[in-house]
Amino acid sequence: MSDDVILKVRDLYRTYDISGGMFKKGSTLTAVKGVSFDVKRGSTLAVVGESGCGKSTLARMLTMIDAQSSGSIEIDGLSMDIARTGISKEMRQKVQIVFQNPYGSLNPRQKIGHVLEEPLLLNTDMPAAERRDLALQMLEKVGLQPEHYGRYPHMFSGGQRQRVAIARAIMLQPKLLVLDEPVSALDLSVQAQILNLLADLQDEMGLTYVFISHDLSVVRYLADKVMVMYFGEVVEYGTRDEVFDNPQHDYTKTLFAATPRADAESIRKRLAAKAA
Amino acid sequence: MSLLEIRNLRIEFDTAKGPFRALDGVDYMVDAGEVLAIVGESGSGKSVAMLATMGLLPDSATITADKMDFEGTDLRTLSVRERRKVIGKDISMIFQEPIASLNPCFTVGFQLGETLKTHTSLRGRQVKDRVVELLTSVGIPDPEGRINAFPHQMSGGQCQRVMIAMAIACAPKLLIADEPTTALDVTIQKQILDLLVQLQQDSGMGLIMITHDMGVVAETADRVIVQYKGRKMEEADVLSLFESPQNPYTQALLSALPENATGDRLPTVSDFAEAGGF
Repeated sequence: MSDDVILKVRDLYRTYDISGGMFKKGSTLTAVKGVSFDVKRGSTLAVVGESGCGKSTLARMLTMIDAQSSGSIEIDGLSMDIARTGISKEMRQKVQIVFQNPYGSLNPRQKIGHVLEEPLLLNTDMPAAERRDLALQMLEKVGLQPEHYGRYPHMFSGGQRQRVAIARAIMLQPKLLVLDEPVSALDLSVQAQILNLLADLQDEMGLTYVFISHDLSVVRYLADKVMVMYFGEVVEYGTRDEVFDNPQHDYTKTLFAATPRADAESIRKRLAAKAA
Repeated sequence: MSLLEIRNLRIEFDTAKGPFRALDGVDYMVDAGEVLAIVGESGSGKSVAMLATMGLLPDSATITADKMDFEGTDLRTLSVRERRKVIGKDISMIFQEPIASLNPCFTVGFQLGETLKTHTSLRGRQVKDRVVELLTSVGIPDPEGRINAFPHQMSGGQCQRVMIAMAIACAPKLLIADEPTTALDVTIQKQILDLLVQLQQDSGMGLIMITHDMGVVAETADRVIVQYKGRKMEEADVLSLFESPQNPYTQALLSALPENATGDRLPTVSDFAEAGGF
């Protein structure tokens, strides 16, 4: 069933050189150490870990923002090694990214319509009228109105901006969408709306998600498979139920223990411990 | 008598489009030894209420209240000079961004010492000893060496520990923590919350936790106030809030938690807004 696998990563490494000072020798930092995994078409892989564990570096490599130091990435049968081959328009149309901060990831001087059309302008030969139609369609698809086409990012709330960022990412009809903490900066109720939107889009367009998050409750809600990273290595990888019901690695256990529980039973236990 | 008692607090900001009411007649009461959580989304007025209590709002804000007492002292009539004696000593505050709240140009030891020199009679060697003691009490490894560290040389979690050390330096009677763990990893969040609750129980001070995270509320609070768009929606003790929320907005918030999801879709607050009419 190798046809089913859309993303295939083998033995991926990324090192950064840290330049030395006058009296200090330079050193290398390995941000991602030999990561391998497969993602099935139409499924969601969640990548979990604390800051500095290499999860965002992984996202940068998957989306061709950064080249890998060694190892292979294959997306929909297309091998990605941008340090050797450069980036083709075909590669761009396979994978797109949504960032954490919807305030920082949209250019304040660009109208929303322009934001949405830019990927088409750069990567396809579509005429202007068609681009505009597609942008308007996409606005509707992510729950915004046609009149938002001519507005600037500052006129939108955080949740609406994240919708724009999602719309921009799916303009090219990518196969794979990398979501780097897409709901961390949002309020709880807005978070629920965006998660619903992502679920709808996945059904409609058959998208595959790599969902990077540190919020375990969100991961549990939407992931098919879960990968836990710790200091650049994968310490746990399995289906959602395997990982949540029976965590193997110490770090995963620590992570679960640290996650606040918002149910009456835990509160009762805490209050009892406090009274004692 | 309550430690902090605020009645009918209203805050308005002058904007180009006329006055904007950020907070509309909310009461707050905190007793010594109690943990009050104020929960709400952005724009609910949860931070602005406590900034008003601290006297940290800009001049464009108009603050009115029927009562605003801290230990029987009327905070409304205090002069700036008198208020400065209370703020930072009896009431202190921790903010969300630990790295941004510390001055990057001075060592953490110096910044901690500054608080002590302002509010206590400690001088010289005594200040340094007390700083080491404080850093030890918030669990910073190698406190003697860390005195000379600059904020950028420490991690976010450690900076937040320094902020907490600074806030408890003068043994405050009331500590206000404004989203103290939002910028931190879950494992670090757990440590910081445990530390805050531990310090609160040891010293018997009042603690106000401002947060948008229901998990943080469940882990720390005794009593909870839920706010929405500048109004109080519900006030209850923590167990009854989670077991039987009365207000439709609270019910909406709790059911929007991904861990409470039952079906395929998460209910959103706007689904409830139509039905509940808030």
